[in-house]
Amino acid sequence: MTALLEVKGLKVQVEDNEILHGLDLTVNAGEVHAIMGPNGSGKSTLSHVIAGKPGYEVTGGEILFKGEDLLEMDPDERAAKGVFLAFQYPVEIPGVATMTFLRTALNAQRKARGESEYSTPDFLKKVREVAASLNIPQDMLKRGVNVGFSGGEKKRNEVLQMALFQPSLCILDEMDSGLDIDALRVAADGVNALRSKDRAMVVITHYQRLLNYIVPDVVHVMSKGRVVKSGGKELALELEKSGYAQFENKAA
Amino acid sequence: MRKQGEPSTLDDDAIGGEYGSGRVAVDAVFDSVSVATTFKEELKKAGVIFMPISEAIREHPDLVQKYLGTVVPTSDNYFATLNSAVFSDGSFVYVPPGVRCPMELSTYFRINERNTGQFERTLIIADKGAYVSYLEGCTAPQRDENQLHAAVVELVTHDDAEIKYSTVQNWYPGNAEGKGGIYNFVTKRGDCRGKNSKISWTQVETGSAITWKYPSCILRGDNSRGEFYSIAISNGYQQVDSGTKMIHLGKNTTSRIISKGIAAGVSQNTYRGLVTAHRKATGARNFTACDSLLIGDKCGAHTVPYIEAKNSSALFEHEATTSKISEDMLFYCVQRGLSQEEAVALVVNGFVKDVLQQLPMEFAVEAQKLISISLEGSVG
Repeated sequence: MTALLEVKGLKVQVEDNEILHGLDLTVNAGEVHAIMGPNGSGKSTLSHVIAGKPGYEVTGGEILFKGEDLLEMDPDERAAKGVFLAFQYPVEIPGVATMTFLRTALNAQRKARGESEYSTPDFLKKVREVAASLNIPQDMLKRGVNVGFSGGEKKRNEVLQMALFQPSLCILDEMDSGLDIDALRVAADGVNALRSKDRAMVVITHYQRLLNYIVPDVVHVMSKGRVVKSGGKELALELEKSGYAQFENKAA
Repeated sequence: MRKQGEPSTLDDDAIGGEYGSGRVAVDAVFDSVSVATTFKEELKKAGVIFMPISEAIREHPDLVQKYLGTVVPTSDNYFATLNSAVFSDGSFVYVPPGVRCPMELSTYFRINERNTGQFERTLIIADKGAYVSYLEGCTAPQRDENQLHAAVVELVTHDDAEIKYSTVQNWYPGNAEGKGGIYNFVTKRGDCRGKNSKISWTQVETGSAITWKYPSCILRGDNSRGEFYSIAISNGYQQVDSGTKMIHLGKNTTSRIISKGIAAGVSQNTYRGLVTAHRKATGARNFTACDSLLIGDKCGAHTVPYIEAKNSSALFEHEATTSKISEDMLFYCVQRGLSQEEAVALVVNGFVKDVLQQLPMEFAVEAQKLISISLEGSVG
């Protein structure tokens, strides 16, 4: 079986600083992986490189997605193929109604895959269904994309898009940052509802707390640009007790 | 159907909704010659005169003589003088007292001939308590030579009357090296002659190699109101210098200016505006907001406001912002499946939304598409 995501010996630099020094990661469909690690270990860089954010130079290794070379694709192509990045800080787009944004994006993805675009009534029906399941009020969909949204609303909007686009790989970058416990629970419930045997998730976080709500199958510890240890969900608990210091020394 | 004069709403319920259901009477002017006017009979029933100005001069000489050149004198500026000397056609509108024009009026201008200029003349009069919404659209095919468009537009509103004047300008901007294109040097001015009258200018400027254009309002009548809503987009080698003049003469006159400039390529985009209160303009009020958006690092945006208050009770506010389209915003959009160009168009359409809403619905949709087209190739 081909893995959904295969990262092999990935080396990435920004300007002249190498941030990832030969990273390996394999994620199969149906699995939830957590990536933990201290600040500056390269967790966010990994998520940005998978999604294709400009400004990073890949100097070695490869990323295969469903067996295809992901690094050869433009970011919008990757999105259409099913790569979704839930942003740590979702961007505000003033003047663009959330509904308009969702429709434009969904239809762009469908078009890229050679599928028919949604008609307005079909689209509205679908969005309203998904929004209701996430407790997202209709008036939030009429507001500018993320404009004036609370931290919780922004994250719910990310989950809404995930639910709408049905990607096969979801990368959640520090989803817990800026959320109180109730907002975290709502967002995590939304994510859990999307777990399926055809879909994989990569959950990036500093803290074990999030993993109480989104329980991973595999936990990786990153330090200084490499995965230094992998294990089951109990590894996260162990980290909570002993901290990252032991791995920092190991990586050095 | 949406009532005339109501702002269009571009929110979710409108997307892909019922566009184009409104009726529009059209006058087409090719190379300064009027070729067709529609809905003539129905307008006649309402008492509205809408015809080529060449016909109006023959059929309604009294009206034309009374108003022509009273807002923009022949000696106003070089290009107004040129227009006054050579203009061959244009549109004429007269709305009689108390009449609300039953449909949008529209003139479509096109320059077809090589080596020619276009010098059309438009005169619109709204008599006491009358209302009219008028829209002009402009296009020209590609030519290597520069061509001149030197129009003069005069608007007059009497007591309690209102004119809403919208422009969607898409003259040929020249090629990728800056060769060819239209010189768009027009003089547009409205005179709020009566009490409680109102003139509102809305413009979407995407074309022309060089634009010098300042649609203005003379707020002569007490309590009169002037508005200027503008979207000016420059790409490639285009130069836009546009803005307005709000001249407060009467008491308790108000004006509002919302300008959105978008510069891409190696273009230069300038807002130049004058807000002035005369000695006797007690209680004059103005609000101005000029926002500029830069795409890329080789273009320029400039804001040049002139503010003069000769009456101490005048209250003028001016806000200005300049921002660069952010990489993060674009990446967020492309991560969700939009191409770079779709992402730019979406962000820009959000930026200009306040002004787009001022356009009649049918034209707002067209303008939205036009904005996307004029920014093609601005990133990459």
